[in-house]
Amino acid sequence: MMTGPIIRDQAAFVVELEKFSGPLDLLLHLIKEDEVDITDLPIAKIADQFLSVIQDLGLNQAADYLEMAARLLRIKAQMLLPRRLGDDEWEDPRAELVRRLLEYQQIRELVDWLGHAADVRAERFGRGYEAPPPDAPPAPLQIDLNDLLAAAERVIALIPEPMLHRVVPRPLDVEGATAKINALIAEREQFGWSDIVGRGATIVDVLSAFIALLELAKRSSVTLSQPEPFGPMVITRATPREAA
Amino acid sequence: MQPLAKLLEAALFAASRPLTLEELASLDPTAGEQAVRAALAALRSAYTEDHGVELTEIAEGWQFLTRREYAETIERAQFALRPRRLSPAALETLAIIAYRQPVGRLEVDEIRGVDSGAVMDKLVERGLIEVVTRGEGLGRPLLYGSTPGFLEILGLKDLEDLPRLEELSVALRRPTPVDEPE
Repeated sequence: MMTGPIIRDQAAFVVELEKFSGPLDLLLHLIKEDEVDITDLPIAKIADQFLSVIQDLGLNQAADYLEMAARLLRIKAQMLLPRRLGDDEWEDPRAELVRRLLEYQQIRELVDWLGHAADVRAERFGRGYEAPPPDAPPAPLQIDLNDLLAAAERVIALIPEPMLHRVVPRPLDVEGATAKINALIAEREQFGWSDIVGRGATIVDVLSAFIALLELAKRSSVTLSQPEPFGPMVITRATPREAA
Repeated sequence: MQPLAKLLEAALFAASRPLTLEELASLDPTAGEQAVRAALAALRSAYTEDHGVELTEIAEGWQFLTRREYAETIERAQFALRPRRLSPAALETLAIIAYRQPVGRLEVDEIRGVDSGAVMDKLVERGLIEVVTRGEGLGRPLLYGSTPGFLEILGLKDLEDLPRLEELSVALRRPTPVDEPE
């Protein structure tokens, strides 16, 4: 029940606001209605009218109108400031607004002219509308087989030799490394990293051995220690109790 | 009628858009531009009041258009439809761009006193304005100008057909007109 009038108010606002294409249009409308001289604007009166109109229209949706309202009030305030008689330095605070209004009025006059021109033009039909054609298609090619082959050769010559890399799968041999370490455990109670991987070890060997070693340490088959920072790693066979 | 005039007549009949002088001249490379102009003038005077269509200079070209007095009847029969009218906001924006081109969005906003981005996007979409260059200022703003489509929907020959600003009843006056006696 309560929403009825509110909705109606909003609808009225939209319709009203669309009568004007902006704050300058509304100002011109007020000036014309009051029949005042645009170059000698009664700024206080116009500002009050402007404010009351946009209040009627609903303020929250009309930032452009609010900005104009603020501008009008500032000019109104500046007009109230006392000034000495014959003060040549005084600059009319309305000047900028008047210039914009005149400029806008000129645009409105052009709008009338353009609108009329468009209406007249609209009463004259051309041939049926067609979508603008795409850029003219290229003329049919006149070419024989030799030309075509020569062109193909030129193109092929430009193709760089492809860079091919053979990608070989190199799976880590964790099982083999585990077996090797287990053999070492069986043999010795304590040994070093270099006992597992020899000098010529590839990166795959190192990775395999490292993963195997971590896995064995996790299973508590070995304990890993490093007596000093950056020192060699010492691998110790776990005691049977620990292994259990 | 001269053969050249008949050739032009056929081409103009076949085309669904204005054809420029260069396009018409390309139909017969042996005929000079002067001869094409003369043939067009002859053709135009041949399509006098005795015909329902007339040859019109429009959008920097030539096109056969129906006479205005038949618009209503043709439209009532739905053989052709008038294009939708442009909104006042669109016309305002077009006016500013036509007279100030190349002009950026900021200047259009300022003259109109409202944000014009959406209107300008629509006008670009309808092919009435286009980006013609970039400005020198901060951010090198896009500057817009009018297109042949603009001339076409207004039935203008070229931009010179627009009213001169001095001809308007409100000429742009000096920014300090307050002291002038009215």
